[in-house]
Order: sequence, then C-alpha cells, then structure tokens
Amino acid sequence: MAQHPVTNPPTGAAAGGGMIRAALKCAFPYTIPIFAGFWFLGMTYGIYMNVSGFSFLYPLLMSLTIFGGSLEFVAVSMLLAPYVPVQCFLMALMIQARHLFYGIAMLDKFKGLGWKKPYLIYGMCDETFSINCSAEIPEGIDRGWFYFFVTLLNQFYWVASATLGGVLGSFIHFNTEGLDFVMTAMFVVIFLEQWLKEKHHVSEWIGLAASVGCLLLFGADNFLIPTMICILAALTALRRPLEKERGVTAP
Amino acid sequence: MTLAQQIITVGMCVLATLLTRFLPFAVFSARKPTPQYIHYLGELLPGAIFAMLVIYCLRNVSLLSGSHGLPELIGIAVTVGLHLWKRQMLLSIAGGTICYMLLVQLVF
Repeated sequence: MAQHPVTNPPTGAAAGGGMIRAALKCAFPYTIPIFAGFWFLGMTYGIYMNVSGFSFLYPLLMSLTIFGGSLEFVAVSMLLAPYVPVQCFLMALMIQARHLFYGIAMLDKFKGLGWKKPYLIYGMCDETFSINCSAEIPEGIDRGWFYFFVTLLNQFYWVASATLGGVLGSFIHFNTEGLDFVMTAMFVVIFLEQWLKEKHHVSEWIGLAASVGCLLLFGADNFLIPTMICILAALTALRRPLEKERGVTAP
Repeated sequence: MTLAQQIITVGMCVLATLLTRFLPFAVFSARKPTPQYIHYLGELLPGAIFAMLVIYCLRNVSLLSGSHGLPELIGIAVTVGLHLWKRQMLLSIAGGTICYMLLVQLVF
C-alpha cells in the first residue's frame, strides 16, 4: 500500500479552495454506487418507519445520529417493543461490533487529519469505510478532504433518502426489485480490487472461510461476532510466517 | 413507550455505534506509535473484512429453496467478469446490478 505524506502542503485561501474542490471532484465518482444503493435502502427504511406509525422526524434524526443502516432497521422494532434500554444497548453493540475492525484498519490512515478526524470516525459506516480504506487517492489530492467528502456525501445520501421515505411513506410504488444488489456488487468489486492488489491471499481466504463457516453454524442473524473472533484468531496464529513473508521482522 | 423512553432507546443505539467506531482510536492514541501487532492487524484485516462484507450481503440467500441463489451467483459472476475485463468500478457495479435486477424481475 502506498504511503502518502501525512502533512498537508501549505496553501493560501485561494489554493485551499482549489484543493477542496479537487478533492470533492475526485471523491464524488466513488460515491455514485452508494448514492444508488442508499437512495433505495434509505427510502425503504423511511417508508418502513412511516408505515410503522412514526413521523418523518424519526428517520431524519435516527439516520443522522446512528448512521448505520442495519442497526436503524433493528431500532424500528426496538421502538415498537417494550422499553428495555440495556438490552437495546447490548444488541446494538453486537450489530455494530464490526466497526472495531474498521477503526484498527484506519488507525494509520486517519493520523494527522486534525479537526476532520472525529467526523471521519463518526461517519464511518460500512460503505464509507470500504471506499476510504481501498481507494487509491491520486498524487496531489488532499487525503483528509477526500475522506471528508466521501463520508459527507454518503451521509447526505442516507439522511436525505431516509427522510424522503419517511415523508412520502407508502404513497410511492416503484419497481426497484433487486436494486439493493448494488451494495453487494460494490463490496464484490472492492474485494476483487483488494485481491488483485495483494501478492498472497491468506487474509481474503481467512475472511471467506470464517464468514461462510460461521454463517452455516450460527445462522444469518448471529454470525458476525463469531466470524470476527475466527478472523482475529487465524491472523494472530499466522502472524510470524506472514510477517516473515512481508519482510517485517517480528520483535 | 413515552417520548423520553424512545429518546433513550435511540440514544443507546447511538452510544453503541459511537463506542465501536471510536474505541480503536481512543485506545491507540495518535501520539504514541501503534503497537506492532495492531499495525499488523490493520494491514492484513481489510482483505478479510471485505470478504466478510460480501458474505454479509448474501446472508439471507437460500441455496436450498426459491431460486437457489442463482440470480446472486450470476450477478456476481457478471460483476467480476466485467471488472476483470475493463477494471472500471462503476461499470462493473452497474452491469452486475442491472443484470441481477433483470433476473429477479423477469426470469426468477
């Protein structure tokens, strides 16, 4: 993986504006598949909230503050169920635990990004993480602003579509069956890019084997945490041989 | 549920999400060098994570009933094929998705 310099070039106000625009122009195309997917998923979520009897303010505020698709769908059923806050917290932790991995993967990339860093971490949903982690940012494009616009655009798409779904509710009917596959296709492409970039594919194989194995063992609703534990265990067990291969001397 | 209870319930979801997103950055501060082991995990994890996310998207596909996961399989094959051929992210994603939509709306 290419190492980019951490410090930003010194710029005046005008050059700063140009730098920001360039980063936006560079970031936008990466977010187009997410625009398509979030438009669909966000509307579905908003409509779901609407037909469950909630005002559009709920999807608006929840998509803005939680900003994690799968948990927001679960949160609707939490709101319709009896009040059990501790149980909700634990369930939310289980659903969101995969973000711990995203943080570990982005520790070095987010270093030295100043005021943008807290927002980048706050807005790091699956899709935003995948782009920020995998995109090859061209020379001359400011990394911080690139990450910032990917995060901001994605969050904007999600909040706008969830709110719109909440406003329009069940009035709209559109034949978009299958559009949600856009997210699957995006993750497949990002996975493939990662595969083509690496010389050996140990990590990819571990991820595939652990996910499929745990999915079969634990079922669709409970397989993420066991998968994460298996991945951690396998990568830890293979650390010495893998680091030797990568030319890193283990301490 | 009262409004206050609703706010607390949503607040619990927000809190849990914030915790999982910020914890690694809080534990491994930017000022101190990241431990070698965490650095190693950070380098190796993305491949495994992307594999996990692909399977996560497919978690509700049933191989034994319905369309037996055939539309998903074909959609992914088209996505991968297009990507290996042209290596254009948007083209691969759009092609695979349109193919999948046609399959589930017209064929299966």
